[in-house]
Amino acid sequence: MIQIEHVKKTFHLKNSDVRALDDVSLTIATGSIYGIMGYSGAGKSTIVRCINFLEKPDSGSISIDDFGKVTSENGKLTTERDGKTVPVTEKDLRKLRRSIGMIFQHFNLLDRSTVFENIAYPLKHTGLSRGEIKEKVLKLLELVDLSDKKDAYPSQLSGGQKQRVAIARALANSPKILLSDEATSALDPDATESILKLLKKLNKELGLTIIIITHEMAVIREIADRAAVMENGRIVEEGEVYDIFSTPQQPITRRFVETSSSLGNIGKLVENHTVSLENTPRKKLIKLTFTRDSVGEALISSVSRKFDVDLSIVLANVNLIGTDALGGIIATLEGDPDHVSQALDYIQKSGVRVEVIDHA
Amino acid sequence: MPEPFATWFPNVANYWSTFLESLAATFQMFFIAGILVILIGGAFGVILTITKPEGITPSKPVHMIFEIITNVFRSIPFIILLIFLIPLTRLIVGTSIGVKGAIVPLVFGAVPFFTRQTESALADVDPGKIEAARSMGSSPVGIVFRVYLHEACPDLIRAITITAISMIGLTTSAGAVGAGGVGSFAINYGQNMHYQDVVNLCVIVLLIIVSLIQLIGNTLSRATVNKELFHL
Repeated sequence: MIQIEHVKKTFHLKNSDVRALDDVSLTIATGSIYGIMGYSGAGKSTIVRCINFLEKPDSGSISIDDFGKVTSENGKLTTERDGKTVPVTEKDLRKLRRSIGMIFQHFNLLDRSTVFENIAYPLKHTGLSRGEIKEKVLKLLELVDLSDKKDAYPSQLSGGQKQRVAIARALANSPKILLSDEATSALDPDATESILKLLKKLNKELGLTIIIITHEMAVIREIADRAAVMENGRIVEEGEVYDIFSTPQQPITRRFVETSSSLGNIGKLVENHTVSLENTPRKKLIKLTFTRDSVGEALISSVSRKFDVDLSIVLANVNLIGTDALGGIIATLEGDPDHVSQALDYIQKSGVRVEVIDHA
Repeated sequence: MPEPFATWFPNVANYWSTFLESLAATFQMFFIAGILVILIGGAFGVILTITKPEGITPSKPVHMIFEIITNVFRSIPFIILLIFLIPLTRLIVGTSIGVKGAIVPLVFGAVPFFTRQTESALADVDPGKIEAARSMGSSPVGIVFRVYLHEACPDLIRAITITAISMIGLTTSAGAVGAGGVGSFAINYGQNMHYQDVVNLCVIVLLIIVSLIQLIGNTLSRATVNKELFHL
């Protein structure tokens, strides 16, 4: 388990102070895939860099399995050892970092080293013999499915292959935790897909705890179990990924969710006067959300039959969140005013969430 | 001595052994000082890079000291530096003339230049690579050797090439104040004795040396971009 408590971090720039983390607390379960999303500058990079102490928090504490709890006060790190409070040295931190893998948006491989040498990097000077290193690297290459690229240089690889090398390198010291900093943001959709699949596999097979920061909702949707949304150095929303997608609470979360669903296009349709927002008792623009319990129902046809109303679909979208479906429909509901309101009641009772849209 | 050579360079033919000796002296100064410059200047460049505020071991005082040393010696013209350093040179090597005497001012003259060249080569190393190395638990020493110097290799070779060429220039200038070598040969025999052919030959030889250095430097630098020169 990784437990982050009340972590604060301020960057002192020339002309101003930037509060990158403003009292952030998070708990990440061992063996889970945890997503952190937010726009750039929200503090998500800083928080993952605090986990392996590439950034030292100004205050707060971070506790990691096998390493114990590190508390920061004014940037001074201390930990409890044998009942005593001792300072955390750079050497301790280097040891900690070796037990946490990290991958990056731009891969950060050594361009002048072969794939083999890149993966061997963290293994050298750790007391392993040449033979042991070789054996380990070959195993890692197999794990990321790149055995044939052993002697290639990074400049000869595609983006997806480079990220695979980076993943193998990050896993070289058999860490329990992998930090992924926008690891798919520079990749094309196919490569993104394959990297996400690989991460999922590593999570399942090695029991790796993976922390993913991204601005791409699709990534979170695809592989995360839980997620947090950050804005201005704070966590504004946190929970099961399905809940975040089906019932986003904060405006920023809603904006994020819309980017991964075609329902977000309603704004454009209204702007182009394809759809009118003028709701009258006879005609309403509604949004229906089908969660995993209600996704299979034939609601539209049964409502129009029962209440003699016309439901015409403007936009519809079904997303898979992990393995669960989440559906959404934007439709106009038209008919006798009494029937319209009865229909709305009925829909609500059936477990499908319904909202009347009056602003885009 | 082949016939055309004696026709084109009649006076050089008379002082052939002196010429060879001065050439040897030039190479001696060049190599000894060159190695010292690469070691000292390289170390300075690394120290300046890692002690920067955003470097891997930031230290304001250390950075300032090396910055001042580099700037002071870089702003003194070499000819002045030669004279200025005479007492120090005597102290270190016991004489201020000859090959031995020239090495000290050569090192002082070229180190700041190479320091800046190294610094700029290291500045071009992607900070992401440094961060990745830190995330893998590399120590500062490990990062310097395994990331900075390793990844900057083509640029460092280019820096060494430029420095070597400028050192050929400095070596010959040192010849003007008694260091020996091709520089003093050109002055003593070419200028003072009005043997134009001596000067001409010195120009040709220097031209060849500089071109060779440039050629080797370019080739090695290109051969190390995005790959290792020797893959073991």
